[in-house]
Amino acid sequence: MTNNQKIVGKIRSINGSVIKVEGFSYQSVGDMVNVSEELHIIGEIIKIIDNIAVIQCYEETLGLKLNAIVTNLQYPLSMELGPGLLNAIYDGIQRPLDYIAKITGDFISRGIRVNALDRKKEWKFIPTVKNGEVVRAGDIIGYVQEYSLHHEIMIPQGICGTITGISEGNFNIVEKICGIKNKIYDQKMLSKWPIRLPRPYHKRLMPDRPLITGTRVFDLLFPVARGGVVAVPGGFGTGKTVVQHSLAKFADADVIVYIGCGERGNEMADLLNSFPKLVDPKNNQPLMERTIMIANTSNMPVSAREASIFSGITMAEYFRDMGKNVLLLADSTSRWAEALRELSGRLEEMPTEGGYPAYLATRLANFYERAGLIEIVGNPRRVGSITIIGAVSPGGGDFSEPVTTNTKRFVKAFWALDPNLAYARHYPSVNWTNSYSLYDNLAEFWEDNIHKGWEEYRKAINYILSREGELSSIAKLIGPENLPPDQQLIIYTADLIKEGFLIQNGFNDNDRYSSPEKTMKLISLFLKFYNESLSLIKQNVPFFRFKELEVINSIRRARLDVSNDNLDELDLLDLMLSRDLLQIHRQYAELL
Amino acid sequence: MSLIYKNLTTVKDPLLYLKPIEHHDIKNGSMVHIKTREGIRTGQVLSVNSEIVVIQVIEGTFGIGVGTAETEITFLEKTFEIGVSREMIGRRFNGMGLPIDGGDPILPEEMRKIDGEPINPTRRAYPKDVIQTGISLFDGLNTLIRGQKLPIFTGQGLPHNRLIAQIVNNAKVRTNEPFMTIFCGIGILAESALYFKQKFEERGKTRLISFINLASDPTIERLIVPKIALTTAEFLAFKHDMHVLIVLSDMTSYAEALREVSNIKGEIPARKGFPGYMYSDLASIYERAGRIRGRKGSITQIPVVTMPNDDISHPIPDLTGYITEGQVVLSRDYHQRGIFPPIYPLASLSRLMKDAIGKGSTREDHGDVASQLYAAYNKFLQIKELESIIGSDSITLIDKKYLEFGALFEDYFANQGETERTFEDTLNIAWNILSLLGAGELIRIKKEYIKKYFVKRR
Repeated sequence: MTNNQKIVGKIRSINGSVIKVEGFSYQSVGDMVNVSEELHIIGEIIKIIDNIAVIQCYEETLGLKLNAIVTNLQYPLSMELGPGLLNAIYDGIQRPLDYIAKITGDFISRGIRVNALDRKKEWKFIPTVKNGEVVRAGDIIGYVQEYSLHHEIMIPQGICGTITGISEGNFNIVEKICGIKNKIYDQKMLSKWPIRLPRPYHKRLMPDRPLITGTRVFDLLFPVARGGVVAVPGGFGTGKTVVQHSLAKFADADVIVYIGCGERGNEMADLLNSFPKLVDPKNNQPLMERTIMIANTSNMPVSAREASIFSGITMAEYFRDMGKNVLLLADSTSRWAEALRELSGRLEEMPTEGGYPAYLATRLANFYERAGLIEIVGNPRRVGSITIIGAVSPGGGDFSEPVTTNTKRFVKAFWALDPNLAYARHYPSVNWTNSYSLYDNLAEFWEDNIHKGWEEYRKAINYILSREGELSSIAKLIGPENLPPDQQLIIYTADLIKEGFLIQNGFNDNDRYSSPEKTMKLISLFLKFYNESLSLIKQNVPFFRFKELEVINSIRRARLDVSNDNLDELDLLDLMLSRDLLQIHRQYAELL
Repeated sequence: MSLIYKNLTTVKDPLLYLKPIEHHDIKNGSMVHIKTREGIRTGQVLSVNSEIVVIQVIEGTFGIGVGTAETEITFLEKTFEIGVSREMIGRRFNGMGLPIDGGDPILPEEMRKIDGEPINPTRRAYPKDVIQTGISLFDGLNTLIRGQKLPIFTGQGLPHNRLIAQIVNNAKVRTNEPFMTIFCGIGILAESALYFKQKFEERGKTRLISFINLASDPTIERLIVPKIALTTAEFLAFKHDMHVLIVLSDMTSYAEALREVSNIKGEIPARKGFPGYMYSDLASIYERAGRIRGRKGSITQIPVVTMPNDDISHPIPDLTGYITEGQVVLSRDYHQRGIFPPIYPLASLSRLMKDAIGKGSTREDHGDVASQLYAAYNKFLQIKELESIIGSDSITLIDKKYLEFGALFEDYFANQGETERTFEDTLNIAWNILSLLGAGELIRIKKEYIKKYFVKRR
């Protein structure tokens, strides 16, 4: 608050969540307001027309009275940043939902003001700088241990000077942990940042390391880099949410920000139910401890839904600035765009295609451009990243609608989910023809650190799958048995790859997470089968012999039967396959 | 403050426009009484500013006089409320919640706002208990879970009314907990209302509440009746620990009423003339299904959505599908071939089924069997297509088995008519027909279940 003078106005108009207020002596766009002395609804000034403030309310306006008093709080909608963020669940404007439940019970009522972070909890602060050291904005001066994460404490923007009175100790987040001389400033652990403003950074780097997702089709065929941007479009029932959940569970990131933006309440309940029980494959800690959830379900206020993705990205940037790798999952950006459309309609703005406002693309860019691999401002030198994976729910599954097409402009990978695959219960229902990833520079990292064959295998699978696409239409006409044997082999192998590699069962303990090693070993089995069978077929071995191989059934089931800790079994299958193929070779060598 | 307004200037059915008196603090969403020559009508404030108040009249504006002192408008201080009570069980009401069965008015146990409040996501309990509908295609492949919203997508001329009546009559929880059904008719034909009444009475259905808004009733009432029904459901489920199944038929009428009102209000339309906020509006209905931690009751919804011209990508089924946890789709092809209920398995899906079925609730093999049925039926359809091109002589022996399986699946498993089956009946029938394929084809089923349930033939 800049001064103590109360700035008040009166409601002149109420239309859904948009109200108009007259009488503010001072106002600026972005100011938060308190609407009505009786209901205490939170709002934000989004326009000022002839001294009348146009305000979007973050809560239901039913029962609000004409001429009710509105107070301008004179600060923008900001996130509270500091220890205590992890394992929290917030609504779209960072109100802790579990705390709200304590106040209002099982249903959410209006007018609740609560701090996002616990002011009472004490954290053990361990300094990493000494008294007398000169620090600048962005410098790390110490950390607290938040679960298994070093939560770094940084000097806020606009501050520099000499550290005084720093020492190890237990503090709550609003206590002074040290002073900064030259400026009279008390450094605390809590800081705030307005959600509409990106946090500054030193420079942007080219993303060159993969974000391992544990989902085979992504890791091998359509990879995403740390700091990359992906859209996952799909009509209803194609499994977008299951994909998002699986990424939240298994992706290789330090912090996950999960935004349930205008989606189902029961899905959030599912996450909240399962996350505390699941452990992070990296360190065996509960997954919830690296996660921040934002739940603004479809029946919660739309303006808060509009704010939710910016709230999420602001928290993500805060952790990025510590040098962490953050994965932000937004499910679904279409619901966010619809909130934008609804508010725009209430503001009586001129609509464009599909009723969306003309600034849809700009706002999408504002959001997606906050991802990236970033060199951070401040000492020590560090690099952090935000990867955004946003679900898109195109109306009628039509990818030509405005949200999908505009999103495509800002993303480098596109995981198109296909209702036909979903109908056939092929999950994740990623269509291998329509999806793409432009992160092909990841080959170097894969081949140096994980597996030499990455690029080669990708090419081989793509060849088999695309050939199968051409051949299957012919097979439908003349029957697969009437194709030449090498083409029958393509169709057969493609089916094996689909059933035994691309499909991944999220409910099977062995299958739901596939380590990069398992992924590569599995696919090498299928490719080996293809390559060696092909060379035998060229020597006139009849095709049916390969279909009869017993080991094929075990290979097909290997994704379900072999756990990530037991990859020797895949080596064994590899040996059995070699043996069986050799046997065929021997039998026919005599005949041919 | 009971100011009486007599300055009505504009009537655009079903909306009234008038200028507020200075310093009268009209409440957004408050109830309004409109006194006309014939009696009192009810309205609600839709939007308000210092120049104009927009009021939506529930019974319609026909006959409301402008420029006469006879029309008197009073703003009440409250928003829309309804009295709820356990006495309502067994009764029939109209779209405004007034009894239409000739019985006495209800003595309310409490008054509730019909708009409800969102359930705090952290307080939701994840649905994981089943409801048995007695229909194999539901119970076996698309199990209905307490707290779920599972719509039926249908088309004009399909027998959805017969299916709904069957579900309402047969649905049960297999525990001793209290269970009841609410039937909410939204813009249904008078004849359909009669049909339902007869069907329910035939079976002596007592644990049922009906709310009926007929196609000839006022449009605005269609926007209110589901909220009244859900408010009643919340009262029974979360105050009196009942498992409530609520059927909303037909949500297409609801959405069309929404479009009609939006259009009159002069709002900017999104897809097919429907308002941009239709997703949020539908969600405010559908999301009232659920369970709450620490409370025993549940609300399960079966909304019926008629797909205009059988188009599943039409905004109404499309937005519904994005909010609900799955969908059950009726097939015109099945119906024409005499299969009842004509539920098309491949397009149907129950998202919450996976965690709820299995040992202790239905049967251990349920998940695997459902998955295998899907896979096999899908394969059957491919083979059938192939057969129609290359002829039955050129397909392999195993493919012929699939053709036999598919025919039995449709005639026997799907086409059950109005018989009632338990979960065990459904699974046993599934095993009977799956076993035709031979154990080797059942790759989605655990070996121990094959050993236990496989039906050997001579």
